[in-house]
Amino acid sequence: MIPLSHFLIISACLFCIGLYAVLIKKNAIQILIGIEFMINAAVLNFVAFGKFDKLNGGGQLFALFAIVLAAAGVAVALAIILNVYKHFKTIDPSKINKLKN
Amino acid sequence: MNTEQLIFYFFAALLLTSALMVVAMQNLVRSIFLFFVALFSLAALYVFALADFIAITQVVIYVGGVLVLMLFAFMLSNKELLNSLHPIKTSFKFYQLTGIFICLTFLFILVSLNLQIDFSGLNWIKSSAPILERDNTTHTIGILSMTRYLLPFEVLSVFIMMALIGAAHLARKDKKA
Repeated sequence: MIPLSHFLIISACLFCIGLYAVLIKKNAIQILIGIEFMINAAVLNFVAFGKFDKLNGGGQLFALFAIVLAAAGVAVALAIILNVYKHFKTIDPSKINKLKN
Repeated sequence: MNTEQLIFYFFAALLLTSALMVVAMQNLVRSIFLFFVALFSLAALYVFALADFIAITQVVIYVGGVLVLMLFAFMLSNKELLNSLHPIKTSFKFYQLTGIFICLTFLFILVSLNLQIDFSGLNWIKSSAPILERDNTTHTIGILSMTRYLLPFEVLSVFIMMALIGAAHLARKDKKA
C-alpha cells in the first residue's frame, strides 16, 4: 500500500519539470512535451485520489477523459506547429511575433 | 520495504530521471525517445494506484498515438528543422537560472503543502471504501461511463471529432501554393 502523499509528491516533481520545459525551451515541440508532462502530473493526481472513490469512480473516469483530451490537443498542436514552421521557417516561439502575415 | 514498494519507487525514480533528461537534452530525437520511457513508467505508477484500465489507456494513447504523432511531425517537417537539432553549444544563460528558480519555488510550495495535509484524516477519505486489489475497475468504468458520466463522455466524443477535423484541415496541403 503506497501512501497517497507519495503519489502527490511525485506528481508535483513531474509538474515542475514540465513547467521548466515550458519556461525555458526554445523549440515548440519541446514546449509541447513540457505541457504533456504537466497534464500527466494532473492525471496522476486524479488517479491517486480516485483510489478512494470506488462508488462514483470520478477520479479514474476523469483521468481517462483528461488523457483523451490531451491526445486530441497534441494532434491539433502538432498540426499548428507544422503550419507555423511552413510560414515562419522557425518553431522558436520567441521569434514568432506576428499573428498576421 | 517490501517488493511492492521497491517496484513503485524504482518506477518513480525512472520517471523523474527520464523526465529530467527529456528536459535537459539538447537533441530533440533523443528527448522524444526518453519521453517514451517516462510515459511508460508513469503507466506503471497508475497500476500501483489500482487503475489498470487507465494504465493500459496511457500506453495505447500516449505511447502508441502521441509519440508516433510527434515523431511523424518531426520527420515530416523540413530538413532545416532536423539540422537545427544538432546540439547547439550554448552557455548557461541567465533565463535558465530564473526558470530553475521559479520551478524550485513552485515545487517547494507544492511539497510543503503536501506534507502539511494529513490525507488519511480527511473526512471523505476516511468514510470512503477504497478500491481493493480484487475489484474489477474496468467493469466499473464501463458501467459508469454509460450511466453517471454519459454527458462528459458524449461531449468528449464530439470534441474528438472536432479535433480530428481541425487537425486534418490545418495539416492539409495548400493547392494554390
